[in-house]
Amino acid sequence: MSSSVSSSASALLTRDAVASRLKSRYRAENRFRFACASALVVGGLFLAVLFTSIISQGYTAFTQHFVGLEVYFDPDVIDPAGNRDREVLASANYNAIVRDSMKRQFPDVTGRTETRKLTGLVSNSAPYELQSLVETNPAIIGTTETVWVPASDDIDMLLKGKISRGGAEETRRVSDNEIAWIDTLEKSGLVDRRFNKRFFTAGDSREPELAGIWGAVVGSAYTMLVCLALSFPLGIAAAIYLEEFAPKNRLTDLIEVNINNLAAVPSIVYGLLGLAVFLNFFTMPRSAPLVGGIVLSLMTLPRIIIPARAAMQSIPPSIEEAAYGLGASPMQVMFHHILPLSLPGILTGTIIGMAQALGETAPLLMIGMVAFIVDVPASIFDPATVLPVQVYLWADSTELAFVEKNSAAIMVLLAFLIVMNLAAVIIRRKTERKW
Amino acid sequence: MKKSVVIFLVIGLAMSVTAFAQRDQIRIVGSSTVYPFATKVAEQFGRSTQFKTPVIESTGSGGGLKLFCAGVGVEHPDITNASRAIKSSEVEMCHKNGVKEITEVKIGYDGIVVANSIETERMDLTRRRLFLALAKMIPAGPDGELKPNPYETWKDIDPSLPAKKIEVLGPPPTSGTRDAFVELAMEGGCKTYDWIKKLKDTDKNKYKEICHTIREDGAYVEAGENDNLIVQKLQANEDALGIFGFSFLDQNSDKVQGSRIDGEVPTFEAIAKGSYPVSRPLFFYVKDAHAGVIPGIAEYVKEFTSDRAWGDGGYLSDAGLIPMPDAERKALGDEARALKNNV
Repeated sequence: MSSSVSSSASALLTRDAVASRLKSRYRAENRFRFACASALVVGGLFLAVLFTSIISQGYTAFTQHFVGLEVYFDPDVIDPAGNRDREVLASANYNAIVRDSMKRQFPDVTGRTETRKLTGLVSNSAPYELQSLVETNPAIIGTTETVWVPASDDIDMLLKGKISRGGAEETRRVSDNEIAWIDTLEKSGLVDRRFNKRFFTAGDSREPELAGIWGAVVGSAYTMLVCLALSFPLGIAAAIYLEEFAPKNRLTDLIEVNINNLAAVPSIVYGLLGLAVFLNFFTMPRSAPLVGGIVLSLMTLPRIIIPARAAMQSIPPSIEEAAYGLGASPMQVMFHHILPLSLPGILTGTIIGMAQALGETAPLLMIGMVAFIVDVPASIFDPATVLPVQVYLWADSTELAFVEKNSAAIMVLLAFLIVMNLAAVIIRRKTERKW
Repeated sequence: MKKSVVIFLVIGLAMSVTAFAQRDQIRIVGSSTVYPFATKVAEQFGRSTQFKTPVIESTGSGGGLKLFCAGVGVEHPDITNASRAIKSSEVEMCHKNGVKEITEVKIGYDGIVVANSIETERMDLTRRRLFLALAKMIPAGPDGELKPNPYETWKDIDPSLPAKKIEVLGPPPTSGTRDAFVELAMEGGCKTYDWIKKLKDTDKNKYKEICHTIREDGAYVEAGENDNLIVQKLQANEDALGIFGFSFLDQNSDKVQGSRIDGEVPTFEAIAKGSYPVSRPLFFYVKDAHAGVIPGIAEYVKEFTSDRAWGDGGYLSDAGLIPMPDAERKALGDEARALKNNV
């Protein structure tokens, strides 16, 4: 009797103890959940700050102010002899034509420095634009036309509100006179803010208003192409061999450990390797996407091999055995069953590996792809830079206007990365199979 | 199967690269200080001539000369930029590797400024004050004793200076700007002690150690090669000073101001005149053996030495280069355009 009482009392005690602890357990549970949620919130906050700062600084780079010049294509300056000789047209003093059309707007500006400042309102590419107009259509000589040329970077910054109009004149990049001139032009409708097409079609430039990312985008595309063409087939072949055919011994263990190590090697090491082997030994061209692609493919290879093997391992052995049982050869088993079934996993790994390679600059530094390159590359042998390198180079430039250009370039790079990662997610969702 | 064809194609292409290793554009390496000027010239050159725009890498003066002196041939650069003159050891290296004929072109001057935020008052520095603020060891007595740098605030150095903590942001040792700052400002201040000046003739190593060693107790902060970053940090911290090239001061005159050094405010005119003490000449070097082989080298030199580029009021002076006097420019320009072997 007494024992049953004591046992029921102890049961009661346990229940009480559990009940009294329950509250604190729930509290602990809630604290834990809150900690996890706040980790996510903090992470999201950092991301939001990053995106806001990049986008708020960069979105203005997608437009650019243009100034309308009333240009009189003076035959006396361009082609005094009147025989429309190509050489004469090419070597004419188009600077003078730009200067004259600015001076017609502001006849009371005199003196060398002031005139230079006045002509400096428009980009120094203006004479070349007039030249190409004349060369494509010589009939324009002798007529007066309104030609829209980009405003110089300082003026563009002023009109976008990034250079303040207040403060003492000597502490400002833009003088009072320049502000007055551009305001007058704006009132007469000769200043227009337009979509900055050049940003997406031009190569690098030292003039922010002329700089574009197309050279870097093409360079990135060539580099990625070489990288994919090398690392994708090599990576899959290596994964197939290791997974299906290789004997299990010391040597293959060593190879496996090394592949995992290679995935963690800092990328600059691959750059040094590229410099020593491809440039110095094979004397391949410096700065070429070919070499960049090869170097990046070394970096990408382990990042393709590892997920490819994981994808092949996850296929149930019954499929393989059934195929063998029906008399398929090892190659048929591989190409008819295992490879198609593991392809989603392999593709996901490849896309993520390529996305990492796309954001890489360190190895390219060693092989000369961190350089000022104006011409858009036409083949994998031409000198080129890639998008992240362009970001790095612009970040180092003195001109204020490169800050917004740089943020815009980062936005383009991020857009590419988001698209690639999204593609990886979609492929996985669409083709994933549960066994 | 198609994939293996692609692999062989790519490998085959890679192998055959050696066969068509020729270049039709100029390759330039070298100083990050000269880089903004060289890129301006290169772009102008590419736009106004039939030649391709030169490819320019910013490798630092030393790194550039190393690449430049590695040999003659299309895989080696044609021109290197430098923010100091070539050293005799580098000339030897060049000669050893078959680079025998080099044309040195001095292009103008660059000033190094010690700047702070425009929100606060302009500092009145001398080279001696800079030395006392930044050296690791400073003289303790008149006859050769040294002590570790005790100064915490500028006021400790000179009562006329503000009671602000000494905090200077500057470039790392790999930078040409740092070399020039140490040689021109630190050594300039160091030499004002007679016994140290005498040491130069008797014990040059000791002299260099005293004058060139920057303190490591946190008063001098290495801020990396990115000068834009230094400007941003100066805006955020009014007590800090920053060391960078004049062109950055020129571009950011609405945010930072250059300190007076030996009574001179760093202005375009003061540096051109030579009265501002912390300024240095800039150069580029041309490999003459490449002049007939790589198209456009002579024309590039011509563009660089034209009055519209390096002249007074030329586009390089807009970018912050301080031009040489007319006569010097003319003499050096003639020599450069003739690609005279002058090293």
